[in-house]
Amino acid sequence: MADAYLAIEGLTKAYPGVVANDDVSFDIMPGQVHALLGENGAGKSTLVKMIYGLVKPDSGTMRVNGELYEPATPHAARASGVAMVFQHFSLFDALDVAENIALGMDNPPPMRELAARITEVSHAYGLPLDPARRVGDLSAGERQRVEIIRCLLQNPKLLIMDEPTSVLTPQEVDILFETLRKLSEEGTAILYISHKLDEIRALCEEATVLRLGKVVGECDPREKSARELAEMMVGETLHTPEREAGETGEVLLEVTKLSLAPANQFGTRLKEVSFTLRAGEVLGIAGVAGNGQDELLAALSGERRTAADAVRLKGDGIGRLGPNARRSRGLLAAPEERLGHAAAPEMSLTENALLTGDIREKLSKNGFVGWKKAREFAARVIEAFDVRTPGTETAAGALSGGNLQKFVIGREILQRPDVFVVNQPTWGVDASAAAAIRQAILDLSARGAGVVVISQDLDELMEISDNFAALNEGTLAPPRPAKGLTVDEIGLMMGGAHDMDVAHPEEAHV
Amino acid sequence: MSLIRLEKRAAPSRTLAGLTPILAVIATMIAGGIMFAFLGFQPLEAIRTIFWDPLFDPQFGPYSRPQLLVKAGPLILIATGLALGFKAGIWNIGAEGQYIMGAVVGGGVGLAFYPSESGLIFPLMVLAGALGGWAWAMIPATLKTVFGTNEILVSLMLVYVAENILASVSSGLLRNPDGQGFPGSRNLARDYPAASNPELIANTGMHWGVVAAFIAVIFAYVLMTRHKMGFAIRLAGDAPRAARFAGVSPSRLILFCLGTAGALAGLAGLFEVTGPAGQITIDFNSGYGFTAIIVAFLGRLHPIGILFAGLLMALTYIGGELAQLMLGMPAAAIQLFQGMLLFFLLAMDVFANYRVRIGTPEVTT
Repeated sequence: MADAYLAIEGLTKAYPGVVANDDVSFDIMPGQVHALLGENGAGKSTLVKMIYGLVKPDSGTMRVNGELYEPATPHAARASGVAMVFQHFSLFDALDVAENIALGMDNPPPMRELAARITEVSHAYGLPLDPARRVGDLSAGERQRVEIIRCLLQNPKLLIMDEPTSVLTPQEVDILFETLRKLSEEGTAILYISHKLDEIRALCEEATVLRLGKVVGECDPREKSARELAEMMVGETLHTPEREAGETGEVLLEVTKLSLAPANQFGTRLKEVSFTLRAGEVLGIAGVAGNGQDELLAALSGERRTAADAVRLKGDGIGRLGPNARRSRGLLAAPEERLGHAAAPEMSLTENALLTGDIREKLSKNGFVGWKKAREFAARVIEAFDVRTPGTETAAGALSGGNLQKFVIGREILQRPDVFVVNQPTWGVDASAAAAIRQAILDLSARGAGVVVISQDLDELMEISDNFAALNEGTLAPPRPAKGLTVDEIGLMMGGAHDMDVAHPEEAHV
Repeated sequence: MSLIRLEKRAAPSRTLAGLTPILAVIATMIAGGIMFAFLGFQPLEAIRTIFWDPLFDPQFGPYSRPQLLVKAGPLILIATGLALGFKAGIWNIGAEGQYIMGAVVGGGVGLAFYPSESGLIFPLMVLAGALGGWAWAMIPATLKTVFGTNEILVSLMLVYVAENILASVSSGLLRNPDGQGFPGSRNLARDYPAASNPELIANTGMHWGVVAAFIAVIFAYVLMTRHKMGFAIRLAGDAPRAARFAGVSPSRLILFCLGTAGALAGLAGLFEVTGPAGQITIDFNSGYGFTAIIVAFLGRLHPIGILFAGLLMALTYIGGELAQLMLGMPAAAIQLFQGMLLFFLLAMDVFANYRVRIGTPEVTT
């Protein structure tokens, strides 16, 4: 089409052993909010990197306003009006907002002028930001604003946003969407990458769906249900987890005024966290990353010790017990970080099965490992959770994220925990694997176990939780029944929009 | 921009990981040969003198063949212990000090009973030797577990402390009263039968230290492959956070690994001073504690690998001495040659973890 801002035609990029993008074609109109949808590994990142000049395509062409566009560097891409906000921020904590923005610009104006322009642009787009504040003191949402404003100052014609909402509370997401809509009205095209389907349906006018490097569909996401979109991404019919509503039973886990100093200077202090968990209950704990999730998991798994009575399992104070003593009593955990925490990357699945399964599955005797039993246990996990792997002797690091996550979760669930604590069960996992994991969690609770699910994915928590709580800077908002909670209420429990405005009180980040 | 790039492999190549020691030896021979040529020696002759003559030369073979086990024994014994810690990411660089302290304490215990003829003397000395090395290693271990000090620095510094203690006792406390004032203890191997560590089979170089080394290799192999402690060690090395999640106590691991390495180094020192060296002198230690670090890595931190690496390293020692003697090669050239071996081994490791790509680079984020 002649009037497209960016026209992509037959773009192909192969890496050893994998074709990341295979003959990808689509157009982005000026002012269009265009979604790029796909599972992990579908080729979204490679495609975006080619558009932003980070990766050179093997074949195919791109045209900007009809002119051939072959950016060799991001610098060239920016010169053509393409800007990108990355999922991971590249900001210097010790510098202030204006200095950070100047560093990312090709021809920064004098500081005073720049500061004035930051204030002007940030207000114009509803993203108030004080140019003199130190980036180290900003919340994740505010840091993202810095990145966005850095792009906006260059007057981009196309703004690429890579998973922008993964660090935001619902209120912050609303603010961001307002900004993006305003940009789009002014004629800036937006390429929006996400796997959160509801967001895409709320924001985007056009969606290109990628699967295994190929374009498998284009649609207007507003006319499709989230389920239809997901099925386009995965290419198969999705199984929605079903909740068999069970009666909740006796109290299994009781956490009382659990306080914990951070393990390092980047950690978060837990402040008097209290909750109870009953048999058959799924307690969902929401929160933006870095609000104490890792610390809470460590305190529950036994990696960090607390006062004995701060954590009680079936009435016994277990706060001073280590991970294995807690395992033998029926408390199992699965941390967020799969590689290096939940599993050892260079070790085989058999060895990783032994990692947590030793105690309850009796995989060793008198200190000697029964490798045959360990292998059988690993094989059981692989079989029961449909882990795609050549075999039990494959290194954990060689598995894809979703398959390793299925293994890690399955390894704990097959040990029949009484209480199961899991952090980010479906982070970075494709839709079908995520559905299987959620179903497994629900089945576990239906059999009478108590489950604590810590997650940043609100849809997930609303789908599987009986009760809902939120962590905000180490404090846990008291759990409430999940049924009937509105998104606004949830957002407020998570700390609202982090009071994101210019007159930000400083006390929160001391 | 460079046209040759390294690209990380998804998983390290197992074939290459197994091949690297052999490739490293070949590369060392080539680079060493070039160095020898520059020094004015016939490269092929030099390499042959180092690797072939000690074993098969009709004139030198009978003398140097037993030396192979004599030199390999302590290297294997120490390296086996070090490898346990290295696997877990615990860097004991001070085996030389633990080796010295094992010899001093074990030898001292024996000398205290001179001239007893009891059969219990030697076993007692062996115990004391192990204990001496263990205790010396417990210093960095305790400091690390209690105060979080760096074990690399502490264990290395303690080598110099141990050397000074050795200098002090060999000319003071343990000096031979019948030695006409010369520094050095009584000759344990020659003059004190109850305390000596003789050659067990004539002309093989086999002594109790070599036996201990073989036993240590077997134990380490079983520990690493079958026992939970070995699993904990490997886990801590691969993923420390996962190890804590699995309930492995970092402090226990540090105490175990440093303690075992210290005890084995102490044993090596005791067997050396009661056998091949014979007496405690200011310079009886010939750097085995440091060379063992090379042996441990050359053997890929694997007990069986260490067995072969120890023999190979011993061969370069003996061959090096022979080259000095026969070709007048400087000692520094031999040491450089041995250093190359470690250098090439570590360099070859890159190829197990990365693949070489030729072409235009791409920037990725």
